[in-house]
Amino acid sequence: MKTVGKSLAELHKLLVNKEISSVELTREYLDHIREYEPKIKAFITITEDEALKQAEEVDKAIAQGEEIGPLAGIPMALKDNLCTEGIVTTCASQMLRDFNPPYDATVVSRLKAAGAVLVGKLNMDEFAMGSSTENSGYFPTANPWDLSRVPGGSSGGSAASVAAGEVPYSLGSDTGGSIRQPAAFCGVVGLKPTYGAVSRYGLVAFASSLDQIGPLTRTVEDNALVLNAIAGHDPLDSTSVPFNKPDYTQFLENNVRGLKIGVPKEFFGLGLKQEVAAVIEQAIKTFEQLGAKIEECSLPHMEYALPAYYIIAPAECSSNLARYDGVSYGYRAEADGMIEMCKTTRAKAFGQEVKRRIMLGTYALSSGYYDAYYLKAQKVRTLVKQDFERVLAQYDILLSPTTPTVAYKLGEISDPVTCYMGDVYTIPVNLAGLPAISLPAGFTDGLPVGMQLIGNYFAEGLLYRAAYVFEQNTGYYKEIPGLLREAD
Amino acid sequence: MKISQQEIEHIALLARLKLTPEEINLYTEQLNSILECFDMLNRIDTTNVEPTAHAVELYNVLREDEVQPSLPREKALQNAPQAEDGFFKVPRIV
Repeated sequence: MKTVGKSLAELHKLLVNKEISSVELTREYLDHIREYEPKIKAFITITEDEALKQAEEVDKAIAQGEEIGPLAGIPMALKDNLCTEGIVTTCASQMLRDFNPPYDATVVSRLKAAGAVLVGKLNMDEFAMGSSTENSGYFPTANPWDLSRVPGGSSGGSAASVAAGEVPYSLGSDTGGSIRQPAAFCGVVGLKPTYGAVSRYGLVAFASSLDQIGPLTRTVEDNALVLNAIAGHDPLDSTSVPFNKPDYTQFLENNVRGLKIGVPKEFFGLGLKQEVAAVIEQAIKTFEQLGAKIEECSLPHMEYALPAYYIIAPAECSSNLARYDGVSYGYRAEADGMIEMCKTTRAKAFGQEVKRRIMLGTYALSSGYYDAYYLKAQKVRTLVKQDFERVLAQYDILLSPTTPTVAYKLGEISDPVTCYMGDVYTIPVNLAGLPAISLPAGFTDGLPVGMQLIGNYFAEGLLYRAAYVFEQNTGYYKEIPGLLREAD
Repeated sequence: MKISQQEIEHIALLARLKLTPEEINLYTEQLNSILECFDMLNRIDTTNVEPTAHAVELYNVLREDEVQPSLPREKALQNAPQAEDGFFKVPRIV
């Protein structure tokens, strides 16, 4: 396929110069999806008809000499927890198997307004609960770099589809690392924006004080272009923050001279594998050679972030998922009486991990345990946030590995506590509500390693600049999975 | 053991989950091992620490009290497992 691996700017140029039409481009991507889906299984739904219709409209606009925006006519796909009017939105759960949303999420209507071509909805861990996409209520997704490994999660379909060249970009959601961790495992760029920077109206809620929507792309520039389209205040989301949204591409300057980067020492213990540490240490050297000032720093409460998160997130999940009662939408089981119907519905349609988190959260919020667990966790959250505020007053950004390990084998981790430990470097960022990006830092044994950069509130631009400099000076984004090379 | 099987059964009722005996066993074991990991939180003194509910606090998000379009009834009902005369229909409650 001619267009796989091309950047959004390159695809835009092809469209504007009429070297390819949006319909032709969309067909190329749909063909590529058909070829690779039997192996990758990133999609729950493919929206071929809607995609071609949208592409035709963009072609009409181009033919009429209209100026089109940077995303117009270019295919993309969405994590299946983003509501799309008229297109089934399953959250990878049997509960929402036939759910046809009556409205579009704000990010969806913004992308539609930008002329984006939706080609499908992507697989994920059920209700975004998990770190491997193995908790999908339908099927697991494979990692394009090694089909026997997980793509990460919960936005596993979002990361795998971009890595396999099935779409130039996708959207995911990140509650404890669900954009950054799969981005790291699949060798792509994933941004979790500042809490409140992107509207969550129409995102199926998991843990409302933590969830954020963000883009997954091959390059940093692509990522900035997508954030341009989706960020900004939305009155439909009461947690959306009014702020002056910049043009994020203006930060893409090849210069980190004098940039102060803090490296929190706590992110280099806690189960970090030697081969991942080696790649990150090399990345730190690269930043130093490029003129950045690197210093070790400390976030003393980091080890408490993980247990605090696994109280707060399940507590919010148990409350949010109470709405699936078999009454207003979703699956309903037949049973005698209201409570029996509700209990049976939820027992049949929720998967194991979702039930486990509902149980944990219900327990943590139940009378007699509220202070010991939920309130304690919220206080620890304050300490975690204060740690970040302290170091971000001294440094422009922080640098760490995104994950302690590379992508593991499908079926390798079954114990929940071991699985939760994999989120140890990403979770603190959600508790604090800060923006963070994961980008390819290098490879070990042919598998991508992700580097996480963390910034201050609404400092996505600075993260993009640092990530762009690293990317342009190392070129890891040019690497593509062997699977795709064989085909060429 | 922090939680007994009886407590798990009670929590399941509160959470409206009909669990099988196998699931009750599994969750009793797993929740106990997860709760053990939470014990480390007791190592930090949080007596004078304020809790954080949201990382980016917003207060009094208000708008003018004007009627705006909302979801039409047929759209609100389009995914209902059962609806009748413009209402959601549920099994007998009393």
